[in-house]
Amino acid sequence: MSKLNELTIAEALKGLKRKEFSCVELASSYIKEMEKRRGLNAYVLETTETALEQAKASDKRYANGSERAVEGVPLGIKDLFCTKGVRTTACSKILSNFVPEYESTVTQKLLDGGAAFLGKTNMDEFAMGSSNETSCFGPVVNPWKEEEKFVPGGSSGGSAAAVAANICAGATGSDTGGSIRQPSAYCGITGIKPTYGRCSRYGMVAFASSLDQAGIFGKDVRDNAILLSVISGYDNKDATSAKAEVPNFESFLTQDVKGLKIGIPKEYRPHGLNEEISKYWDMGIEMLKARGAEVVEISLPHTKYALAAYYTVAPAEASSNLARYDGVRYGLRENGDSLDNLYINTRTKGFGREVKRRIMIGTYVLSSGYYDAYYLQAQKVRRLIKEDFINAFKKCDVILTPTAPTAAFKIGDKSMSEDPVNMYLNDIFTIPASLAGLPAMSLPIGLSSNGLPLGLQLIGKPFDEGTVLKAAHALETDVKFARK
Amino acid sequence: MKVDNETVKKIAFLSRLNVDEDFENTKNDFENILGLIEQFSEVDTKNAAPLVSVNDNNLICREDKVMEGGDAEKILSNAPAKEFGYFVVPKVVE
Repeated sequence: MSKLNELTIAEALKGLKRKEFSCVELASSYIKEMEKRRGLNAYVLETTETALEQAKASDKRYANGSERAVEGVPLGIKDLFCTKGVRTTACSKILSNFVPEYESTVTQKLLDGGAAFLGKTNMDEFAMGSSNETSCFGPVVNPWKEEEKFVPGGSSGGSAAAVAANICAGATGSDTGGSIRQPSAYCGITGIKPTYGRCSRYGMVAFASSLDQAGIFGKDVRDNAILLSVISGYDNKDATSAKAEVPNFESFLTQDVKGLKIGIPKEYRPHGLNEEISKYWDMGIEMLKARGAEVVEISLPHTKYALAAYYTVAPAEASSNLARYDGVRYGLRENGDSLDNLYINTRTKGFGREVKRRIMIGTYVLSSGYYDAYYLQAQKVRRLIKEDFINAFKKCDVILTPTAPTAAFKIGDKSMSEDPVNMYLNDIFTIPASLAGLPAMSLPIGLSSNGLPLGLQLIGKPFDEGTVLKAAHALETDVKFARK
Repeated sequence: MKVDNETVKKIAFLSRLNVDEDFENTKNDFENILGLIEQFSEVDTKNAAPLVSVNDNNLICREDKVMEGGDAEKILSNAPAKEFGYFVVPKVVE
């Protein structure tokens, strides 16, 4: 039998039910591995003692037959989910001492489902970044290239690296423009961003509220389905959470894809697209075709403007959301001789460069005289992007694209650090679905010539995560990607 | 796109940030990002209504009643400076 920490959640749950091993043994195998892999910097806070207590309680439940959906499953929690009594920083200096008095809805649902939390995972500061390099706790190392020090992607880099390194069974993430899908691709794992509104945002540190959505990282598609079923659902504490029925997502995995219409957007194959990625994309298309799916070319004509719309809307919302960090109610405080100077000193010291950049861009596009030309125009372009998808989905059921334009790059990569726009281009294939609020998932498709994982993305209709999971599961079965 | 120094300073103040130490880089990044954003000015949006929320039928209002409250201690638990059940700030009114 493989080591306990290498089992998928589905396998672990089976073993626990059959009493082949205990929850404490399962948690301990992860904890032992966590100690060995501290060099990855995937966790910014370990809560292993609590995890063991949770595991003990779970063992009692298995003993008396009252186990819940994910009883005893050890998870990593992205450090922007507020966890009651457990420091939550969003990996920003400005929140470095923040201990929430309340639990986020998503983590509460996982606790209510019987999960154990191994710790809080590293991320880009306030989820602003595509490489996990903006974290105030330092970068995370991609487990696929530990010695050469490649990035895991971002912003949920710690969660993705932890799942890839088998130092948690699954993890939570958040995705605003690609923060689950891009790191999933870079780390050779599977991750889903559900439809906007599918999961409550209550207790998630806000970045861009009209785009932020909680999601899942798993070792495979089934694990994504299992965890997604637990965290989904309407919550009266989040007015943007949707009153949509939550299906049993796992039930979609047995369905076949025969007759399913797979849309291939021509705009996602620009001149100069990385050849390896293009080749793997074709391979994925052929695999689905061989299973009887119908492949249709579609057009998403406003794709090239998605990045511009995103880098207007997201910073605008961020500048507003992050106005709350004022040094008065919580977080860091740097005193000043006036209230304004207290604000300025606190924020100048507490925020990192990328966060400052985005606050300033957001402030600019919302400021008097620029609002119409930038913010309003961005919202209108966002409408056109959403309509592109509505039209495309008249011809297809699900859309298949690459997840990211390249494989992971090295920590400290010069072109990325020289110009923030180069970093932003990492999310060129993930941002459009975010702007339209659609469910989207990344799964590994193969390795690049230098041994780094590459991913494909599936995008679905609103609240149709089921079809995304179904197509992903079919692909996964054929790809037979060897997990790290 | 070029932005003048005064604009960068004004935006920094509106953002309650001091960027003097890293001014040239800040300005340079600012210009690069605006260059990216401006690409969308060529899009014809005459007939497009601004999109505020992606999901129709949400923003459900809950009943107008107090759900939680009376937790002054919890609210103050993370305050960097507090006294007599209040947040402490520098003198605002002369």
